[in-house]
Amino acid sequence: MNPSASRIKVQPATESEGRKDYIRIQDFGFWYGAKKALDAISLDVPEQRVVAFIGPSGCGKSTLLRNLNRMNDLVDGIRHEGDIQIAGRSIYDPGIEVISLRRRVGMVFQKSNPFPKSIYDNVVYALRIMGVTDRAILDEACETSLRKAALWDEVKDRLNDSALGLSGGQMQRLCIARAIANRPEILLMDEPCSALDPIATGKIEELIHELKAQFTIVIVTHSMQQAARVSDRTAFFYLGKLIEYDTTEKIFMNPTQAQTEAYISGRFG
Amino acid sequence: MTQPAYDNSAPKGEPWVWFTSLGLIIGLTMVAGLLGLVLINGFSVFWAPAVPTVKLSDGTVMMGQLAQRRVRPDSPASQPKYERQYQVGLRELNGASYVWVEEAKIVQEDFATQTMGLERMENGPAFVTPLAFVDAAGRRVPLTKSTFEALLNEVERASEIRSELNAIQRSKIGAVNAKMELARIDLRRAEDRGESVLEIKAKLAALDMEFNQLRAQSEKVVAKNALAKLEARDARGREVVLPMSTIVRAWLPNDMSAWDRVCLFFSRLREFLFDEPREANTEGGLMPAIFGTLVMTVFMSLLVTPFGVIAAIYLREYAKDGVILRMVRICVNNLAGVPSIVFGVFGLGFFVYVLGGSIDQLFFSDQLKYNNNTPVFGTGGLLWCSLTLALMTLPVVIVATEEALSAVPRGMREASLAAGASKWQTIRDILLPASAPGILTGVILAMARGAGEVAPLMLVGVVKLAPTLPVDMVEPFLHFDRKFMHLGFHIYDLGFQSPDSDAARPMVFATTLLLIVLVVCLNLGAITIRNRLRARYKGASF
Repeated sequence: MNPSASRIKVQPATESEGRKDYIRIQDFGFWYGAKKALDAISLDVPEQRVVAFIGPSGCGKSTLLRNLNRMNDLVDGIRHEGDIQIAGRSIYDPGIEVISLRRRVGMVFQKSNPFPKSIYDNVVYALRIMGVTDRAILDEACETSLRKAALWDEVKDRLNDSALGLSGGQMQRLCIARAIANRPEILLMDEPCSALDPIATGKIEELIHELKAQFTIVIVTHSMQQAARVSDRTAFFYLGKLIEYDTTEKIFMNPTQAQTEAYISGRFG
Repeated sequence: MTQPAYDNSAPKGEPWVWFTSLGLIIGLTMVAGLLGLVLINGFSVFWAPAVPTVKLSDGTVMMGQLAQRRVRPDSPASQPKYERQYQVGLRELNGASYVWVEEAKIVQEDFATQTMGLERMENGPAFVTPLAFVDAAGRRVPLTKSTFEALLNEVERASEIRSELNAIQRSKIGAVNAKMELARIDLRRAEDRGESVLEIKAKLAALDMEFNQLRAQSEKVVAKNALAKLEARDARGREVVLPMSTIVRAWLPNDMSAWDRVCLFFSRLREFLFDEPREANTEGGLMPAIFGTLVMTVFMSLLVTPFGVIAAIYLREYAKDGVILRMVRICVNNLAGVPSIVFGVFGLGFFVYVLGGSIDQLFFSDQLKYNNNTPVFGTGGLLWCSLTLALMTLPVVIVATEEALSAVPRGMREASLAAGASKWQTIRDILLPASAPGILTGVILAMARGAGEVAPLMLVGVVKLAPTLPVDMVEPFLHFDRKFMHLGFHIYDLGFQSPDSDAARPMVFATTLLLIVLVVCLNLGAITIRNRLRARYKGASF
């Protein structure tokens, strides 16, 4: 098929069983005003694994993702029920500051959104707002994150240039570098490749594989091939419900639900 | 292929391009006409035209420069009769500076080379035939073409002596007067409290002596030029003797090269820009008004920008959307439409009387008590003018800032919050820098509106003639309590309050031109800054 076809090889189920579930979503329901967007979702994400959320537009996968770092708090008139736990603690716990939650849960958006600042300032933004002023720490973090995001070699000579001068793919990798600079535990990716060409997409997918060693990654994608290539587990959503959640191999080779099969084989959605 | 019946293939609505462009053309014509009128009339003030000697059929002779020519209002439209207005000058002899003459009555008009134009310290200009001048040493020199240079030197000398005198009277005597004023207050306070007044009296006596010395000094300076004078004859042959100290400028309007005329033009322009006004503001320069306008506009911007930006940040970023927020927005927008005089009344009622009055009670009670209740801040002044105009232009800045904030891409805001930034950090580090160009646009609009506003200022501290500038070398350097002069008010004052409206008319145009130039300069400066900022964020939206 393609060079990355070998990656489809799914981890044996036992291995992920051995890992502790890092994110636990329990009977989670969510409303935008009167509109119910999510209905009783229960799903666990194991540590240092990649979970892909797939489903047609409007199925609630982005909504769920944006609840993991409470980005939906910005929207007026929202309501939720059930619970989401990260590392055993509810993110809605009144003792948890939403800011500290977001520092632990990094996010990469669909549209790359670098700040109109230099590349360096973009990468170390999260550290700066945490109050880090030591230049040595910032330099070190900048280089490490850019290397992890596979961007270092391309930009190391122009760290002080505006980030807005980068190409689309570079900008998205810069946003990944920015999201991982303060070493979050979880990385949320909301269709990170939807605006990129296949080469840039390939680079980012490769990156996801490498980042898996350190981060727990949840990725929302519209591309079934991408889900198959990068994820260990896949969750299929439809109309706000979780239809099926299993290892990626199982979902793509042998889904139990008829809706899942219809969707991944392209018969609807 | 046949076309369906409903498609007649003629493009629809294309003539609208003509109609809509007409609106633009009308607007542009009006702007160009306005600017043209102001430019021509404004600059002609500084130009020295030839000065004819006019003989009329009834035997009157006069000498003067043509001011305007128009159709007589009582003449039929088919056979228009014209009349001309001459500026004849020598107000003290002629009664009026300007004379209307029926064109039909003019018998002869000649341009005698010896005709001399004079600008004077008082009574307006004069047009005379010079005979001789007496220099400072008392030597009488008959005036010919060859001795004209010598006369110019005498005029130059007189102006140097004038500025010397000015330095003594304005700065030194002014400073002594201010000190005496303070000492008198001290004296009254000491007397009131029954404290020893000896020291203060000694101080007053010393100041008095200094004052007398300075007065003697200034008299000596005046005496240096007491003999110098110009002897001349006016158009009707009357003898005119003009002390040299009253002459500002002399020129030979019918006997000068084009280059001399250009030099005279720029010399007058320089006086207009950098000197102080004379003759109830109808002559001389506008420096205090230019300075006052600039200082006031800058202070206003400094006041309005932080207020407006902070208010807009609250409205856009923190306030919960709802009925109250919408009402506040409506109020802010309506505030922009409130007539400016209303702000003036508010400024007078609240800032001057309430705020200023309280400040005086709290901090200057001594001064009030022992200085005949003369208010310090409880009267109009620079601070209150700036505050009033800041209040007036606040909605402009708020609206512009709100729009600039809402125009920042949502992604940037989300990225910052997702990185763990608090709302305030997001505002400070991301939103404000990204919306700076938009905020500056608002400030530019506010400055343009503030610099041209007159009505509210008349109530809260602008005056026809201010003896001192609001910023000078006397501590505390910035005098927020002082009244000041303003170009807009200057125009109003010249045009409607001047004792000699004919003499004031050209100055109205020149001042208008200056006000336009000043506003354009302020705006250009702000636009340059904005474009620099914008270049920094180029490509921020895609």
